[in-house]
Amino acid sequence: MRYDPANPEWPERDRLVLSKGHSAPALYAVAALSGMFAVQQLKGFRKLGHSLQGHPHVGATPWVETSTGSLGQGFSAALGMALGLRHQGNLARVFVLLGDGELQEGELWEAMLCGAHFNLGKLCAILDYNKLQSDDYLAKVLAVEPLADKIRSFGWHLQEIDGHDPSAIQTALETADRCDTPSFIIAHTLKGKGVGFMEGRPEWHGSVKLSDADLSQALTDLGASPSEIDGYLNGHWSN
Amino acid sequence: MATGQTSTPEQIGSSGDTLREAFGRALVRLAKDGRDFVVFDADVAGGTGVHRFRAAHPDRFYQFGIAEQNMVAAAGGFAATGIPVFATTFAVFMLRALEQARLSVAYAKRDVKLVASHPGLDVGPDGGSAQCLEDLAAFRAIPGMVVVAPADPYETELATAAILEYQGPVYMRTGRSPSRRLFEPGHRFELGRGQILREGPDVSLIACGVEVARALDAADILATEGIGARVVNMPTIKPLDRELIVECAEKTGCFVTAEDHNIHGGLGAAVAECLAELAPSPVEFIGVRDSFGESGEPEELAEKYRLTAPHIVQAAKAAIVRKVLRK
Repeated sequence: MRYDPANPEWPERDRLVLSKGHSAPALYAVAALSGMFAVQQLKGFRKLGHSLQGHPHVGATPWVETSTGSLGQGFSAALGMALGLRHQGNLARVFVLLGDGELQEGELWEAMLCGAHFNLGKLCAILDYNKLQSDDYLAKVLAVEPLADKIRSFGWHLQEIDGHDPSAIQTALETADRCDTPSFIIAHTLKGKGVGFMEGRPEWHGSVKLSDADLSQALTDLGASPSEIDGYLNGHWSN
Repeated sequence: MATGQTSTPEQIGSSGDTLREAFGRALVRLAKDGRDFVVFDADVAGGTGVHRFRAAHPDRFYQFGIAEQNMVAAAGGFAATGIPVFATTFAVFMLRALEQARLSVAYAKRDVKLVASHPGLDVGPDGGSAQCLEDLAAFRAIPGMVVVAPADPYETELATAAILEYQGPVYMRTGRSPSRRLFEPGHRFELGRGQILREGPDVSLIACGVEVARALDAADILATEGIGARVVNMPTIKPLDRELIVECAEKTGCFVTAEDHNIHGGLGAAVAECLAELAPSPVEFIGVRDSFGESGEPEELAEKYRLTAPHIVQAAKAAIVRKVLRK
């Protein structure tokens, strides 16, 4: 992505919309480490009087491209951005990160029709396909398969990748950039990847209730330590 | 609140003219004046008046099909790139995108104008499913959303320019049926301000949309009976002209509100909220009393649902009686 942390409103920047707004912590962590704001601010996440809202909000953090948190809407908003940019001859790309449960929203399929109809070649959707949603496994709640066939039939360029493989992600994004049509990347993922007791388990979808022992185990699994995390949050991050 | 524009529309509403066509004309004129904006439609361009804009500026018109949720959220995204968007459909279908209006337009503070035709019983024969009696209440409840309901074609043209001038989210309802011409060149429209159309000491009739003409008729009838009614056109439901309402309370001491909308949550409720807080006064409400509409001609429906001048007259007398009894 092309962006400038010192100038978040640079008109030529690529846009990233986190349509699965409940993943705000991941967005905030990446943004902080990318220089969009001071890492210490992460300590204010979800707290009164701090800017990092529970779901991304452009009114509180202007570097966020739009407010999300109601599934389906971020996809439409990203589509609107891609249309607005093309209207002005701006060649910036628009990336939108979708959740898989989000595929159950009717609005998402309205946007799929629309993205193909307007042939928005600069629009790239990436699906975090971890097969879990709030209540249970996607296949039990409301099945979305056969997914790849659906996406293709809507007229989008489709790629399927291992969502945990950085080089595969890189290649897929480059391939998408060469497409004239809107592009959809199904990134197969494992929810809770890297933390043994969380991997693939629905009960951790929306839970942040970690005991000290769980936290310690999770950090060990991830190859980190509590003191290291405290160090990052206190601004002693070194790359 | 930013003040409205002052330029004069070239074309003026005439007999048989509608608010929706006036809206379409205003868009064409604003584009001609060099204003930068685009128009989104959900397959009803012929009904909302924006067909005129499509014909004049096809490169600035985007057809989203029958998919209002996507259209409204996409309008938020488009506006984020720096160009205001008029997103248009019928009022009932705009309700379908209420949550998109909330999150992707209002919460994100986008410069999007949601303009809906076919509000209220004024829709007529299409019946209850199409007669939107809830829009003012629904959009008024969204923080930061300006809500506008002009009364005649001329005022619709002025209001269209004013909401474009204002930077931020707006909901405006126009109208389907031919509208009586109420205003002449020289009439001013300012967002957030009401206007006294007629003076009278005994009761204030506060109306918006099609009910303004009926309130003026009611004032004529009241005058023949020796009752002086002040008639106020209140085209901005939010933010409400509280100053003018309090002044009405001081001058007349009682009120009738009139709107082609459910009595819950619309203009009447807004006026009553203001009065309860600042100048408690008797208020009678003219509006649909918590029911859906049905098929029929607009005037027949207005009579059946008690929106016409004789019903406003009756309400005015009731308000005056309550005022006198309080003393």
